[in-house]
Amino acid sequence: MTDAYVVGVDMIKFGRFPEKTVPQLGAEAALLALDDCGLKIQDMQALYCGNLGQASGMVGQRLLQEIGQTGIPVVNVSNACATGATAFREAWTSVKAELYDLVLAVGVEQMGRGLLGGGGGGRGISKEGLLGSGTMPSVFAEAGMEHSRNHGTTFEQFAKVSVKNHHHSTMNAKAMYQIETPLDVVMNAEMISYPNTKLMCSVNVDGSAAAVIASEKKARELGLMDRAVKVRASVLTSDPWQERDLVMPDVNTCTRKAAAAAYDMAGLGPDDVDLIELHDCFATAEILHYENLGLCKDGDAGRLIDDGDVELGGRIPVNVSGGLLSKGHPLGATGIANIYEVSTHLRGEAGKRQVDGARIGLTHVIGLGSACGIHILEKAA
Amino acid sequence: MSDKPLPAVPYLKIPDDGEPFIEGHRCSSCGATFLGVRDNCSKCGARDGMVPVRLSNRGELYSYCIVHRSFPGIEVPYVSAIVDLEGGGTVKGNLINVEPDPSKIDFGMPVEVVYDDALGRKDSDGNSYLSYFFQPRT
Repeated sequence: MTDAYVVGVDMIKFGRFPEKTVPQLGAEAALLALDDCGLKIQDMQALYCGNLGQASGMVGQRLLQEIGQTGIPVVNVSNACATGATAFREAWTSVKAELYDLVLAVGVEQMGRGLLGGGGGGRGISKEGLLGSGTMPSVFAEAGMEHSRNHGTTFEQFAKVSVKNHHHSTMNAKAMYQIETPLDVVMNAEMISYPNTKLMCSVNVDGSAAAVIASEKKARELGLMDRAVKVRASVLTSDPWQERDLVMPDVNTCTRKAAAAAYDMAGLGPDDVDLIELHDCFATAEILHYENLGLCKDGDAGRLIDDGDVELGGRIPVNVSGGLLSKGHPLGATGIANIYEVSTHLRGEAGKRQVDGARIGLTHVIGLGSACGIHILEKAA
Repeated sequence: MSDKPLPAVPYLKIPDDGEPFIEGHRCSSCGATFLGVRDNCSKCGARDGMVPVRLSNRGELYSYCIVHRSFPGIEVPYVSAIVDLEGGGTVKGNLINVEPDPSKIDFGMPVEVVYDDALGRKDSDGNSYLSYFFQPRT
């Protein structure tokens, strides 16, 4: 089986672009990724397009109507917040299977403002605020409080995640925000669902990201190996049965399964990884994933944030892009945006936020419902 | 319009003669307990072995959050609670008769299920609903 490489990858600056359409936003990232490797849409053999908000709207085809209708197969992908990672993985799969040797993956989303989730549905009356809360801040607050129950993790420790990620984003021009948020500011921000304050919730933004994936033969043939990034592992899991999962979505088990499979596929372990972009949809979630991804023993995640191990310059920097908390979280784009971030470090092109000597990086997303996508990337030798 | 309150969720049962209760289904192959009705077991994959069970009104608080921001018309703050019921089944709902303050709420605290009107909420036909709540058990 061939190895697959990211040869072109980029994202637009995340922000709010109500004047643009979803296909237009996706087209911008697609062109940036093509330009990154000096290729044209005519060189692409297939398009895998991730989008959630218009999942039935043939976004991939409409994207091609913006940049070139070449008649290639288009697969539109929707998998909650794992949508972008799933589109990337489908593209990767097609190259690994040697069906194609040059394909494009795009993730794009245009978001509204305000609370996600909790809409209910079904007949009768609204259940929100009657049978607890189904909003995303609440669901992830409850997941965080489970960690507090088991390990004594504090509100302050959760808040420190947000301080760190906002700090990181001050070095990322493509992040939605470049603002320092000291601990007291984070903790005293409007409480949304305790223990998540407003600054501990990811930012709803519009955004897009894209990647060109090539087989090894094609990457060499095109002379693109210098900046190529090898996909060492691509894993997707769904949530195995858990006794509470009908009322408490379990983001831990599917992540642990995916991490174990990804480390196995790549033939390495968490100690070999130089940087991680993980799914900090809420500050509480990031803490859980330190343990789920094996960065520390169970129960030590609070200490990891206290000791600065996960900051830029620390033992294992996490979310140096600013993460979903400050870079922003355009649902369908996030999974490819974090592949862009890790690839940029592996190429040594991350500027002020560069993780020195980064050789191997890991990306992680969770789509609630649930899906977990993990990719392990390595600078091509 | 119904002359009696309707159940807020299908797994809340209101017998004509007797107290309301929360219904689950249990797999006769592996023992997994589910809220509500289902045909097959998603834990072990067994078919046709799901039997209805009346879930307990006693349980303990597993996890929670305190909701301060919600949609218009929903009174905040309130406690959104996840409760493990005695004998199996995990249910989510509002924890009432407790201060919405983390220092006043203990993981594992004993709670009971109580049944009451669904906070005055009515559907578009004007029907009233019965719901369930958790409160500290003494």
